[in-house]
Amino acid sequence: MPLHEEHKKRAGRNYALGGILLAMVALFFFVTLAKMNVI
Amino acid sequence: MQTGAPTLDQNAREDYLPGAGDFFALLKPRVMSLVIFTAVIGMVMAPGDIHPVIAFTAILCIAVGAGAAGCLNMWYEADLDALMKRTADRPIPSGRMDRQTALHFGVALSTASVLMMGLSVNYVAGALLLMTILFYVVVYTVWLKRRTPMNIVIGGAAGAFPPMIAWAAVTGDVNIEAIVLFGLIFMWTPPHFWALALFSCKDYKAAGIPMLPVVAGEAETRKQILIYTLLMVPVSVLPWVMGFAGPVYGITAIGLGAIFIYLSLSLTLKKDVKTAKKTFFYSIFYLFSLFAVMGGEVLIGRMT
Repeated sequence: MPLHEEHKKRAGRNYALGGILLAMVALFFFVTLAKMNVI
Repeated sequence: MQTGAPTLDQNAREDYLPGAGDFFALLKPRVMSLVIFTAVIGMVMAPGDIHPVIAFTAILCIAVGAGAAGCLNMWYEADLDALMKRTADRPIPSGRMDRQTALHFGVALSTASVLMMGLSVNYVAGALLLMTILFYVVVYTVWLKRRTPMNIVIGGAAGAFPPMIAWAAVTGDVNIEAIVLFGLIFMWTPPHFWALALFSCKDYKAAGIPMLPVVAGEAETRKQILIYTLLMVPVSVLPWVMGFAGPVYGITAIGLGAIFIYLSLSLTLKKDVKTAKKTFFYSIFYLFSLFAVMGGEVLIGRMT
């Protein structure tokens, strides 16, 4: 597999993982607020 | 110093790095969509209130848990998948991903979804989700699938749990109505998969999976599809009879059930691939329609 192709795949995976982590942070935040009856 | 040609695993790690799409494919997104749909309807049907954020979290956990179970299934069955045309292009048999990565991904997602469900929704829903994942991976994939033609009859229970988990997410309990929803999908699973097996028979035979048409023959499979359909239709009417689904649902269940019986009956008479495919695709439409009408009627009833 050419190097640029490998880099592209790695970048895609990293962006996906970053997005999932950010979504998890937001989810934990809102679950906490819901459990505390703030929202 | 290393000598010799690289192994398939080395090739997979060095040359075929899995992309984000391969990880997504491990979650069996098509199966997941049906799981999400039935879980949402289970949640709508359950009496009581649930905070929208907690409801979203519960559905997310069910979806991720189902995906994790699918991923562990692909990890365990990579050798069989490689032998079947329908599954040969999956990430592991195609060489885009090594088995270890899939195992780690599946275990991580299973753990995260069960913990999240137990801690943020309730322990009953968390325990049910754990049971579902274990049932699908251990009972169905590891134990039954390669051993008995009844694999999908018992293993089908795993696919029937999502509305029950969603119900438990709302009520914190499992009662008879949730069990009826479970029973409907449980009874639907054998005719659905056996119809698929009728036209994928060669694939299953090549992989040595003892699906009913391979072991008992196509005639017996057609007979069993009819028997299970005849048993399923009364179960599908139960939500209306028991009063937790409305009359529109009741009429729909009878009408769609009659068509299902007609198709199963013509399957026993015509014995062709076309009718098997027709029955298979109709079975998907049938379950989607039943749950859509069931949930839709309850939602409209609440709004008016």
